[in-house]
Amino acid sequence: MAQVELKQVRKTYPNGAEAIFGVDMHIDSGELIVFVGPSGCGKSTLLRMVAGLESVTSGEILIGDKVINNVSPSERDVAMVFQNYALYPHMSVRGNMSYGLKNRKMPADEIERRITDAARMLKIDQFLDRQPNQLSGGQRQRVAMGRAIVRNPQVFLFDEPLSNLDAKLRVQMRIEIKKLQRRMNVTSIYVTHDQTEAMTLADRLAVINEGRVEQMGVPMELYANPRTLFVASFIGAPQINLIPVRFDGTSLTNGTLKLAGFSDLPTGVDLMLGIRPDVLSIAPEGQLELNVDLVEQHGGENLIYGALLGTKNAAGDAQEICLKGPQSLLPATDDKLRLAFDPAAAFVFRTDTGERLK
Amino acid sequence: MERPSYSTHLILIIGALFMTLPVWVAFATSTHAPETILREGLQFWPGPHLLETYNEVLFVEGGVMKQVTGMTMLKNSMILGIGFALGKVVISMLAAYAIVYFRFRLGVPLFWVIFTTLLLPLEVRIIPSYEVVANMGLLDTHTGLIVPLIASATGTFFFRQFFKSVPDELLEAARLDGATAWGFFQDILVPLSRTMIAAILIIMFVVGWNQYLWPLIMTTKEENYTLVIGIKQIYQVLNEGGELPQFQKAFALTILATLPPVLVVLIFQRWFVKGLVESEK
Repeated sequence: MAQVELKQVRKTYPNGAEAIFGVDMHIDSGELIVFVGPSGCGKSTLLRMVAGLESVTSGEILIGDKVINNVSPSERDVAMVFQNYALYPHMSVRGNMSYGLKNRKMPADEIERRITDAARMLKIDQFLDRQPNQLSGGQRQRVAMGRAIVRNPQVFLFDEPLSNLDAKLRVQMRIEIKKLQRRMNVTSIYVTHDQTEAMTLADRLAVINEGRVEQMGVPMELYANPRTLFVASFIGAPQINLIPVRFDGTSLTNGTLKLAGFSDLPTGVDLMLGIRPDVLSIAPEGQLELNVDLVEQHGGENLIYGALLGTKNAAGDAQEICLKGPQSLLPATDDKLRLAFDPAAAFVFRTDTGERLK
Repeated sequence: MERPSYSTHLILIIGALFMTLPVWVAFATSTHAPETILREGLQFWPGPHLLETYNEVLFVEGGVMKQVTGMTMLKNSMILGIGFALGKVVISMLAAYAIVYFRFRLGVPLFWVIFTTLLLPLEVRIIPSYEVVANMGLLDTHTGLIVPLIASATGTFFFRQFFKSVPDELLEAARLDGATAWGFFQDILVPLSRTMIAAILIIMFVVGWNQYLWPLIMTTKEENYTLVIGIKQIYQVLNEGGELPQFQKAFALTILATLPPVLVVLIFQRWFVKGLVESEK
């Protein structure tokens, strides 16, 4: 167990492409941190830099109190779970789990003890003598985790470990990873592009965009209080409704739409109003009027999609928004719904910088 | 799939006969007495002298050449074939490992230099090679026979392509598992390449076995002759002396020379095909 510290970490590839622009981060001992962001944002690169698989161009990475920039991957005392599992195909499950320990010259009885413990914990004890190609995806995933666990490392690194599993198994493994991490209390970094996975797993969440940490904090903090337009749009499912607006001194406007209840905003710049689907509610006197296109029934709740009457987005169409309603709310296509929202629960961003104004 | 029709079978049968009949005729003729062959030409049916001919060719000194038996030549050919194949596999695996996994400067151009040597047959460099081997005092030795031939562009190319198809994550997992460069090679890459190694061993064994020019100029003593040279020499002997030409022995030697490669391919063909078509890793 150890804390991990990133100080002004940068990565520039030899061809000049910049992947990471100065990341500062402190990860407490035993914490589970999730890096989340769209593909190509640099989250995997950052993880691989902690692992030692990518070099650090400038800045420092510390595990414990030790700067590990120039320490080889095997001596950093980290274990990694790869997206495609990266099991050695010609070795049995036992061979896969013991390989790293054998390379460290660990005595055979200690290796055996650790494998038995980890296998029992992961419920793969009956597969120990099978080859990876005789296992299902979920079982391979467990073996990959077992290979990390037996090492008993200071830091676990997970690189999108669940993205090759089917949806049901993914949820199940997600819960198991969380439990396992709690039980072992090992500092962990988990990379994913799936915001649900990020929200549910993380002790703290780092939203990464274009090589920068946009915001870092507890998941609910990021959901309730996003600092940028990007964070607001990335966190939360269904996605936040974004309506392009301008401020005329008293209200936000778009086309014939006028929304009162806002003040102290700059005039004459493009703004973006963000309203979470669950903040919207049906109200006869509401300021928004929705023309229903589609209702998605999710069982416990319904998502209602439709065009916001009177508005125009960049493409010249009425802005599409989404509303989360109860099971009983079942409007027909082209029904008109009046919606209200609490301006205090809505966000306003500058469109050009993405900065949050309110 | 549709059942093959009779005409398909007919074509296949004709093709098979076309390939195997000459071999059969060679075998049948080798079992006759030299007088019969001289009088009646090639024979289609086996004759009465099978054991006699093969015994003489294989075990009697002066049976074919003046001093060596067929057994000695068979042994020499075996050493050449196996040494050649093993040497090629070892050298080309190491070369491919260096090219694929160690990103040293000029790695890519060096690979293409190796690759273009495919265009140059042995014959082009045979004089300088001979010179080098002769100066090192390696003429008439197995080392001199094998070592100059084992650098293989073909093998390096095959292994390079294979190594490139091995997922990078395996290397990364091994690095995190504390494997050294050599450890990764022997614990991961070599076991993964098993079928590929088998395929290349087989191909290279046959190529080595069939080497003619290099052994011919490398060896001066009869005791170092390989079977392939033996066949050539026996015809020379046939044409020179005033004795009855020993065609049956020449045919016997030819049959013997084809047997080991055929056996190797037959025995290992399962791995061979697997090695060439396998993509699962």
